[in-house]
Amino acid sequence: MLISNIEVVPGKRVTQHLGLVQGSTVRAKHAGKDIMAGLKNIFGGELCAYTELLQESRTEAIERMTEQAQAIGANAVINVRFATSAIAAGASEILAYGTAVQLEDL
Amino acid sequence: MEGLIQLGIFVLLLFLGFVFGRRAESKHYKSIFAREEKLRNIVVTTERTPEAEFERHEFNLVSGNVVISVDYFKVVAAGLRSLVGGRIRSYESLLDRARREAILRMQEQANAMGADVVINTKFETCRISGNAGKGIGSMEVLAYGTALIPPQNR
Repeated sequence: MLISNIEVVPGKRVTQHLGLVQGSTVRAKHAGKDIMAGLKNIFGGELCAYTELLQESRTEAIERMTEQAQAIGANAVINVRFATSAIAAGASEILAYGTAVQLEDL
Repeated sequence: MEGLIQLGIFVLLLFLGFVFGRRAESKHYKSIFAREEKLRNIVVTTERTPEAEFERHEFNLVSGNVVISVDYFKVVAAGLRSLVGGRIRSYESLLDRARREAILRMQEQANAMGADVVINTKFETCRISGNAGKGIGSMEVLAYGTALIPPQNR
């Protein structure tokens, strides 16, 4: 499965346009990590735990999107976008969406 | 007496933030400069469609993210600055660092795939407020784009 955020794919042609696919996930870190992050707010620096958390959830969102695309018979997802929103304290929603298409070599 | 203790805590936090924040920032900038020099061969552009010369390249999504935290000194400095208005330098350097770090991580990922160019780079910035109350707390910056991999590197 090819995933990309460009609209026109080099060397390939879109034969079928299958519409929008999306995947999202909501995640939170446990309270201990939140307290550590609160301490980090005094000293500054990177919050590795949150970086990992968001990276994982983004991978998860892409996976769900890919599953959806496979289910409708696509072999690529183009024009992928990410959106992030903090829906509550300590929890964030990550959404990945794109266009499922069928590509063919030129 | 109680007021004195509160003042003492405030000054202590300010001092800790100043010392450790400064140190973290200068260390981070040093590593950013070094890695930017190393990854200069990966060209990052915001072009939306690939040029004709990339016709035979493979493509793949790459991304890099970083969550960066303010320190206490920066928060106080920004609070004072917002009384009079103007540029808040302490937050500018914070976001500059985060964005450059995100690009670097994206470039590293592209490098690992054997790509030589990343096109259609997009940024996303999000405030993670869970631990901060009213302040900006921590910021997440995400950079993502499409890496083009030359056929011989596949």
